[in-house]
Formats: sequence, structure tokens, C-alpha cells
Amino acid sequence: VQNTVQHVLLQAEDMQQQIIRETFHLVSKRDDNVCNFLEGGSLIGGSDYKLIYRHYATLYFVFCVDSSESELGILDLIQVFVETLDKCFENVCELDLIFHMDKVHYILQEVVMGGMVLETNMNEITTQVDVQNRMEKSEGGLSAAPARAVSAVKNMNLPEIPRNINIGDINIKVPSLSPF
Amino acid sequence: MPAPIRLRELIRTIRTARTQAEEREMIQKECAAIRSSFREEDNTYRCRNVAKLLYMHMLGYPAHFGQLECLKLIASQKFTDKRIGYLGAMLLLDERQDVHLLMTNCIKNDLNHSTQYVQGLALCTLGCMGSSEMCRDLAGEVEKLLKTSNSYLRKKAALCAVHVIRKVPELMEMFLPATKNLLSEKNHGVLHTSVVLLTEMCERSPDMLAHFRKLVPQLVRILKNLIMSGYSPEHDVSGISDPFLQVRILRLLRILGRSDDDSSEAMNDILAQVATNTETSKNVGNAILYETVLTIMDIKSESGLRVLAINILGRFLLNNDKNIRYVALTSLLKTVQTDHNAVQRHRSTIVDCLKDLDVSIKRRAMELSFALVNGNNIRGMMKELLYFLDSCDPEFKADCASGVFLAAEKYAPSKRWHIDTIMRVLTTAGSYVRDDSVPNLIQLITNSVEMHAYTVQRLYKALLDDISQQPLVQVASWCIGEYGDLLVSGQCEEEEPIQDEVLDVLEGLLVSNLSTPVTRGYSLTAIMKLSTRFTSVNRIKKVVSIYGSTSLILYCCNDPISSWISFNFHLTECPLSVCQTFQLQLLSPSSNVVPALNQGTVTQVIRVLNPQKQQLRMRIKLTYTLKGSPVQDLAEVNNFPPQSWQ
Repeated sequence: VQNTVQHVLLQAEDMQQQIIRETFHLVSKRDDNVCNFLEGGSLIGGSDYKLIYRHYATLYFVFCVDSSESELGILDLIQVFVETLDKCFENVCELDLIFHMDKVHYILQEVVMGGMVLETNMNEITTQVDVQNRMEKSEGGLSAAPARAVSAVKNMNLPEIPRNINIGDINIKVPSLSPF
Repeated sequence: MPAPIRLRELIRTIRTARTQAEEREMIQKECAAIRSSFREEDNTYRCRNVAKLLYMHMLGYPAHFGQLECLKLIASQKFTDKRIGYLGAMLLLDERQDVHLLMTNCIKNDLNHSTQYVQGLALCTLGCMGSSEMCRDLAGEVEKLLKTSNSYLRKKAALCAVHVIRKVPELMEMFLPATKNLLSEKNHGVLHTSVVLLTEMCERSPDMLAHFRKLVPQLVRILKNLIMSGYSPEHDVSGISDPFLQVRILRLLRILGRSDDDSSEAMNDILAQVATNTETSKNVGNAILYETVLTIMDIKSESGLRVLAINILGRFLLNNDKNIRYVALTSLLKTVQTDHNAVQRHRSTIVDCLKDLDVSIKRRAMELSFALVNGNNIRGMMKELLYFLDSCDPEFKADCASGVFLAAEKYAPSKRWHIDTIMRVLTTAGSYVRDDSVPNLIQLITNSVEMHAYTVQRLYKALLDDISQQPLVQVASWCIGEYGDLLVSGQCEEEEPIQDEVLDVLEGLLVSNLSTPVTRGYSLTAIMKLSTRFTSVNRIKKVVSIYGSTSLILYCCNDPISSWISFNFHLTECPLSVCQTFQLQLLSPSSNVVPALNQGTVTQVIRVLNPQKQQLRMRIKLTYTLKGSPVQDLAEVNNFPPQSWQ
């Protein structure tokens, strides 16, 4: 998987998009009653690589693997990944993935690393992701607190504060305190 | 300057774009804003801006100007910054940019950070895209972390080590000490990645492989515990305990057992146990079974175990799940050479898979079917394969046709069967047959002397039905040219055509839009050859003079009776262009007989119209029979005097 990721990333952006488009094209025209394995198109490394995908409602999860991976095992891995997404986002839907692509990356980083399977225990994964998300939150997250504070202040309805308060002469008598 | 918009706002805005152009405009506007924000060196909003940049990058827009910003984020103290910074580095940077080396120091510091999640980010980034230089610099840190008791870090360090080894193989030795007690771990994540690391090392180095063979008993024990342990909610996937780890261990066992009798014996029992006890109702069980089968087939297992494995594959073939059928066929294809008899037992199931709806399954079933054809089952198998050829998708026809020809050549029970099979292929998939099969078939037909009459009659009939399939037409034309006399002389079983009818058909090929120039060459040659076999010579002469300049590929006949020797003008460049470059007129040869024993010659004048003054070359092909055996002679003339064409 790693070599493929690198292969894809080493292409220019428009080539990357083409690879993605070709993959989508190959996968989306598949019937539901055929197997979930596809030989990758010529853009994706050729005959040593396969596309393994699963179809959930409107979403396709496609993993590109080389011949050293077990095809059936990858199907299970996709299932683990999707179930983890579901746990982390609480009934994940398409919009969650679109609006939180960074979070999706972070979750994936706990499952796969360098193109190899890292962790498959869903509880483990979600726990680790949760802790890190909380760390981010405590720092204000990507949104960065200042923006909210500024707009909050802007929106506050402040009463008129009188200026130049004259407190006049005040004679404060300090009583003498007995020593300890 | 107003605060940069937030990521979700950007996403929302972009999604409202109705055209590609509108989207591009929005992106450009935002990129400009981000660029000025970067220029202002604003630390607060950098993470937000980079996040937006990554989103736009995902959509396909260039984001290279964010590379340095990612580095700044990585160097920040905030976890949020580091997290998005490292992600950006992984997505936007690679070895080709020198800038990536600037990360090395940051990663080094972060690998020693007090927070394990920062260490995790560093390991992840290094393990995904670390270059060889980075790996060299940081291997020591990774090795340290491989020995930590923190399982979160240990498992990441293991995979990072794999990456380092892949990038800098010489560093592999360095990780050896740390592997000592990797398998004693209780944490499954660590176990899993450790097995991956061990596998990588064994695959790369025969010395390592020999060294790690001693782990076989320990691996067998771990596997046994996984199978025998009761329900463990942590690792359970559909009722099976950590199938991913089981599969990984099976794969490592495969590598360790290969070509080693002792190791293979040590794992025999556990393999048999897994093979017989694994629950097959869900995909996970089948994934394990599949891996077990592959391991059994690869190591030096007892024959009983091998048969067990192949039978599992046979059962897979009957599974409703198409994925299972797919992997079964793939495996059977790999083992059909070594365990031919065992696979033969499942032949009928395999042949049934030819009717599957799935393209990948059909293809494998086809390949496997051809691999299983032998002298005993040729008739039955060929029936199925020809039926498949009839009904399959165009993408299969060429390969299937080739396969049929090959199989027929090897195992044909009789010449007549052979010719019939060829005919069947030509008529059902004639346009998909490969170019080289035409001369091969001609050779085959030539050699089946007793079948000439039968063949030419069948081919002629086929031509009457359909002239669109070029290979069929070419072979048929050639046969008619050769054996036309047999066609009209009443040697065939059915009502024979008369000469004019035959010439009608051949002439029809010349004028038809469906005929390629090569085909026209074949039919013209056939007509010319018939001048010695038929009596309607005038008609033939007329045809030749009209069409003689449009095609120059003439083949010789090999009939010792006829002495009409044609010349083969096979210009090796595109034959189509030849039609425009040359025009040829062949005058009658001086004689129809070449005297024996060098007592005389035959001359023939060829008038060449060569307006473009292209160089003349001539290739001559002579085929004749000598004492009953066919002889073929090829000659080229490349030294026509320049005056002849300049």
C-alpha cells in the first residue's frame, strides 16, 4: 500500500485527480453481485496492484493493495475502519467525512501506518483518537479560540461606561494593628 | 486584517459552487488570502490555514506554497499545530523536495517528547514518508522506542522500523536485539506489528530467516492460544479472536516453513487444527482458512494436509460469496502445476464458474480450465470452452481463442476434430483471433492432407454465410486458392459449387468494404492461383488486371503440379501506403514450367509505377513440395540498381 500511496503522491496534482477519477470510474460501475476485487487500472502501478473496495450506501471505500496483502483480510479491515469511523463520529454520515477530512486522516493514522496494518482493535483506536481530540480541544482546536472571543466581544451589548469617575478626596483611616 | 475564515466555512462555500469555474474562483480567492496570512507570519491562524490548504489539495488544487508552513507548525509547541503540520507534511511533502530534510530535527525532538501522542505523530510521519537520509539519522531513536514498555509507542516503532529497513536495508542488523522479546508481548497491537517486522526481516535476509526459525514453537503457541481461548470481547471479530493477528502469524509461519522440513513438521498440527476448526460462516473465518491453505501449499507439508487444503479450496468454489470463489480460483491457479491431480477433482466446479456473472471470476475460471485440459478430458472440456467462447464478453475472446488453438494442437483426438474445432473458433470469434494464427492455421491445414477437401468445403460454406471476420476470410481464401479444384470437382460430400460461383465469392471479397487490404491480398492471390486449376482463365485475367495494383501480398502455392510461381511483394512498411506509392502490373510469365536441373529459366516482367521514387525492394517466398515434404524458401532483393527507382 505504501508504494502505491507514494506513487500517487509523487504524481502532479492533476495526475492524482486522474487516478482518483479512474478509480472511481472503475469502481462505481461495478454491479452489486460481483466480487469486491478489481485489478487496478494502468495508472495505479499495473498488474501487481489490486483495488479492494466496499460499498456502503453512497460511499465507496477503496483500498489499493499489492500482492502481499490478503484480499479477504482487507475486506475485514475496511469493515473495521468504517465501524471505527462510526464510533468516532457517532453514526457517521457523508457530511461528517467531508467536513472533517482531517479527523478522518487522524483515525486512519491509528489503523494503518506506512501502508501496513497498525491496530485493528476498535476500542483501542477510538480511545486513542478521543484523547488526542481532547488535547486539541483544550488548546482551542483548529478554529483557535481568538476568533470566537473577538466575535463574542463584538457582539456583546455593553452599557455606557461613564468616563472620568471622580472619586473625590477620600480620607482612609488605617487603624493601627496590634503586633502578633 | 480580518481573521481567516474557518475550515468548515470554506467547505460550505465551495460546496455552493455550481460550476468548475466558480469553484476555481473561490479557491483562488482563498489561496490569495491564505498566502497573505502566511506572509504576515501569523502563528494563531496558521493551523487553520494549512487545514484549508489540505482540503483544497484534496480537491486537486496545487498547495505547494504551504510546505514551509507545515514545517513551522511541526516546530510549534501546540499539539494542534503539530498534528495538522505533520499531516500536511505527509500529504504535501516527499523526498524530492529538499525542504523535507528540515523536518529531521523536529522529528528527532518529537520522538523524545514527553507526550506519547507527539511521539506517535513523529513515528507515524517518519514511517510513512521518511527518506533514506532521515531514516539513517533517526534509526537510533526508533530502535530505542522499539524497546519501550509503552505499547502504544512500541507498535508504531515496529512499523516505523519496517519502513527504515525498506529504505536503508543495511540498518536491519541494528534492530535485531530489540526483536528478542517482541513476541512475549501481551498487547495484540504490538504482537501484530512485531510479526510484520519479523516477516519483513525474514523476507529480506536468508540469515535472518535462519535465525528466526527458532521462533516457530512460540508462534505456534500464540496461534493455539488465539484459537483455543474463549470469547475475548476485546479482540473478537464475528466470533473469532483477532483474525488479523492469526492471518499474520500464518503468513510468517509460511515463510519460516518454506524449504525447511523441521519447521514444517513443527507447524503441521496447528495448521490441521486451524483448517478443520475454523468457523466458515463469516468472511473472517474464510480469510483465516484461506491463509492456512496458502501456508500448507507453500511449506513442506504432508500429502494428507495438502489434499485437505485443496479440498478447502474446492469447497470455497461452491461458496455463495463471490469473493471467496475469486480467491479460491486464484489459489488453484497457483497450485495447478504442482498438485495437478488434486485440482482435477474439482474440474466440473471450475468449469461451472465459467458461467459466473463476475468478470474476474470468469477470467480465472477460463485460465484454470485451460490448465486442466489433457488428453483424457479434451472433448468434454473443449465443448464447455467453445460454448464459453460463444457467449463471453469480447475482452475474453482473443485469449480464449488462443487457448483453444493451443489445447487443440496438443491434445486433438483426430484431425477432423481438430479442423472442426478451428472452424468453430473462426466462425464464432473469427474477428478476435490473433494475427499470427492465420499462418499457423494455414500450416496446419496444409499438413492435414487427407482433410483438404473437407476443410475447403466447410470454409467455403462459412464464407457464404459471413465475410466480416477477417481471419476466417483469409484462411478460407487461401484454402480455396489451394484446393479450389477439390471444391468444384465433386470430391466433397455436399453439392459442389461451379467455378463461376467460387469466383463470384472471391471477387465479392475484393470489392467488399468489410475486407481489409490484407484480406484483399489473400483473395486476389487465390483467384490468381485458380487460373491453373479452373478453366475460366479469361475471367481471372480480367479480375487480376483490374485489381492487381491494389494489393501486393501474394503467397505462393505449394502444389507441385502447378508451376505458376508468384512473387511476394510484402513491403514491410504499412501496406496501405504502398497502395498509393506503387502500382504494379504483372505480365504473363515466359513459361508455365520451370525446367528441372537448371536447364532453363522463367522470366516475368513486372511494370512498376513509382511516382514518389521510393526505393524498390522485393521479397520472394517459394513454397513447394519436394518428395512429399513441404519446403519454404525466402529471399529478398534489396539491391535494385538506383536507376530503377530514382
